Amino acid sequence: MRRVVITGLGLVTPLGDGVEHNWSRLLNSESGIKAIDSFDVSDLPAKIAGVVEEGEGGGGLFNPSAYLEPKEQRKIDRFILFGVAAADQAVRDSGWMPEDEESQDRTGVLIGSGIGGLTSISETEDLIRERGPRRISPFFIPAALINLISGHVSIRFRFRGPNHAVVTACATGAHAIGDAARLIMLDDADVMVAGGAEAAVCRLGIAGFSAARALSTGFNDAPETASRPWDDGRDGFVMGEGGGCVVLEEYEHAKRRGAKIYAEVTGYGMSGDAHHITAPAADGNGGFRAMKAALKRANLATDQIDYINAHGTSTPLGDMIELGAVKRLMGDDLGGASMSSTKSAVGHLLGAAGAVEAIYSVLAIRDSMLPPTLNLESPSENVGPVDLVPLKAKERKIKHALSNSFGFGGTNASLIFSAVD
Amino acid sequence: MSDVAASVKKIVVEHLGVDEAKVVDSASFIDDLGADSLDTVELVMAFEEEFGVEIPDDAAEKILTVKDAISFIEESSK
Repeated sequence: MRRVVITGLGLVTPLGDGVEHNWSRLLNSESGIKAIDSFDVSDLPAKIAGVVEEGEGGGGLFNPSAYLEPKEQRKIDRFILFGVAAADQAVRDSGWMPEDEESQDRTGVLIGSGIGGLTSISETEDLIRERGPRRISPFFIPAALINLISGHVSIRFRFRGPNHAVVTACATGAHAIGDAARLIMLDDADVMVAGGAEAAVCRLGIAGFSAARALSTGFNDAPETASRPWDDGRDGFVMGEGGGCVVLEEYEHAKRRGAKIYAEVTGYGMSGDAHHITAPAADGNGGFRAMKAALKRANLATDQIDYINAHGTSTPLGDMIELGAVKRLMGDDLGGASMSSTKSAVGHLLGAAGAVEAIYSVLAIRDSMLPPTLNLESPSENVGPVDLVPLKAKERKIKHALSNSFGFGGTNASLIFSAVD
Repeated sequence: MSDVAASVKKIVVEHLGVDEAKVVDSASFIDDLGADSLDTVELVMAFEEEFGVEIPDDAAEKILTVKDAISFIEESSK
């Protein structure tokens, strides 16, 4: 099987626009979660989110016009804007912008979203009710469709290889990267832009997840403390928005052109819970089998994993079920591995989460630094002798990192990234 | 320039993001101003909104240039 490496990274998250800005703020224990002020939350139980802050540029503020002209921005939902921005960063970082048709034919795009254009759908429904069908924009449908991130990115860079999109709720970003890597392994493409984006921080999105009793509601007055994986006080996840994309490349292809190589995608495992539409199975069997499959694919033993970027959403049930599954796989002390949840800083980016967390895992390998689990002040009783990297980042040499993503519908994905010597 | 002509040109500049100098009477939305078929649908909607007129689909199909738009709107506002 052909080897696949990561040669470009791109991030837009509540911690800012750009990979390095994100990473330094994350290692500095900063939070991107704040009170929602862009729409009315007075009647919503959850009033906070991880929001991408906009500005004219500089200081990590997100400037949409740096990526798309204002007239183009009107034609797309915000989730596509985040996806295109993250992909643009990743492609430029990789330096892979071929002009010849053969190379363009061998470069594909596979970027997903969990929900897609929820804001566009919600606003357009208001419009049709109030003013009738003749006022509906011709751009409404292409603005809301999930696979249109891949469409826009392919048009932007003339990438004419496989054009695909994943929709697996909160596992989307991880599945996109894993599936895109397989397309390269199987020789369907030499280079793939892969990842996820989400922008469901709107009234309908917050109300919907609130109705499913999934969101934190007890920390509206102290937003930065709301996402607290494995902490005794946790009471649900905090929704976030943004996008993450990587450039995946066949190893020899990357070496030949002298590309900067961040890490290798060595493992990818998938499973289904076959249990419940939103709740994870109590025994964590789905997550367990996804991790086991990823280790098998990577041909690694459990004690070779140094760092786990957990799904860790800060829900009362999910966090301990995941930890239980990891313990079952790797032992009560996780075989000495460290595990953290970066959702503590950015919230849960749903369809973008798996891609954003894959990038944080890759940066952890690059810099030998473990990103922290914020707000983990009093770990739940049965956490035991596990290093969950509470509160502060710390140094650790990382050869292999595993990243978990689990989604509604009982879908699970685990990715393993390895340092390339 | 009539008020209608000035407003039409302003809408075209805003929606297509083109230079004002290019928006001459004879300019074709698609051939000269870079619009695609969806852009032209949106333009017609913007004209309807601005001038409070209804432009039926068969009439909209014949609005290909800036002049076509100005003429249609001036006719239907009489």
